[in-house]
Amino acid sequence: MAKVLVVTSGKGGVGKTTSTAALGAALATAGKNVVLVDFDVGLRNLDLVMGAERRVVYDLINVVQDDAKLAQALIRDKRVPTLSLLPASQTRDKDALTDEGVARVIAELKEKFDWVICDSPAGIERGATLAMRHADVAIVVTNPEVSSVRDSDRIIGLLDSKTEKAEKGERVEKHLLITRFDAARAGRGEMLNVEDVLEILSIPLLGIIPESFEVLRASNLGSPITLNNPVSAPARAYFDAAKRLNGEALDMTIPSDRKGLFGKLFGRRAA
Amino acid sequence: MKLLDFFKRPRTAPVARERLQILLAHERAVSGKSDLIAILQEEIMAVIAKHFPVDSEGIKVKMERGEVVSTLEVEVEIPTPMCPSFPLPAKAAPAEPPCAAEAAEAGS
Repeated sequence: MAKVLVVTSGKGGVGKTTSTAALGAALATAGKNVVLVDFDVGLRNLDLVMGAERRVVYDLINVVQDDAKLAQALIRDKRVPTLSLLPASQTRDKDALTDEGVARVIAELKEKFDWVICDSPAGIERGATLAMRHADVAIVVTNPEVSSVRDSDRIIGLLDSKTEKAEKGERVEKHLLITRFDAARAGRGEMLNVEDVLEILSIPLLGIIPESFEVLRASNLGSPITLNNPVSAPARAYFDAAKRLNGEALDMTIPSDRKGLFGKLFGRRAA
Repeated sequence: MKLLDFFKRPRTAPVARERLQILLAHERAVSGKSDLIAILQEEIMAVIAKHFPVDSEGIKVKMERGEVVSTLEVEVEIPTPMCPSFPLPAKAAPAEPPCAAEAAEAGS
């Protein structure tokens, strides 16, 4: 049974697209058929993070408006054959997305894939509500920082009221993904710790992604962090999160990149 | 002294946590409330509109939260020519036509 997953946050720049790419690639390498759908019409970036920016011919809006077939718009990943991307349009605006059109495309994707992962735009406007509309599962991406936590709280409210499931009286399964977490700073009381964020937002924790320069390195190269450097700390955290999405019960840990004495002395400057 | 300050940097996360808790408690209450008020306003208008021609601006719904008792205040404005004459309670001498504005109050 296919699952529709929305990756959302309210606030921009917290790591929705990075997390969509990383989790999608992790699920696909585990043998699942995965499609990543970019809902950020006009500001698409998932194609860039996935390294597929030069392969975009048709996009979500072309398919919604019946100008192209779904198969023509889907881009098959060159590294993982079970991973596909449906890019957003860069030139149109999001009013071109109709409710019925999106519903039809999602239904068609559910027949072909195990996971349909929707990368939501920031904000709480139409683009964001359309991305979450058909979700069975939601990942709320949050940085341990006041404005991100507040916006996540708002998004959780929308997931409980504006989704198809909510309107039918059912519940969207919600998970919290804390990104850019710095355990040392949280330990010193300079950053909200995981318990604080969990207590405030009160939704179950899917994973804690440590702050790491590896994330930027991967996006520079157009490769999801879970493919670019699978043994790095953030990649291991994403692999664990993907396993939890598949129903595995794992102990919650915050992976860290081991540093030798040299790394401890000079690593900070390099990062 | 400066070196000492460096080692005793104040913990700012507890402040963040407390500010968020206060803010979100307030925001959640407000968003929940305004939804209820909007629904009430719509439903009350539908009932009134069966009997009087009123528009949406003629109905004001307000809720005030008290410690023990909260009040729900509903104010409906009806154009006087449309207003039928009601028999007034005996005590109040009808010095003017018995219609200006209707106010209903209910405890909640």
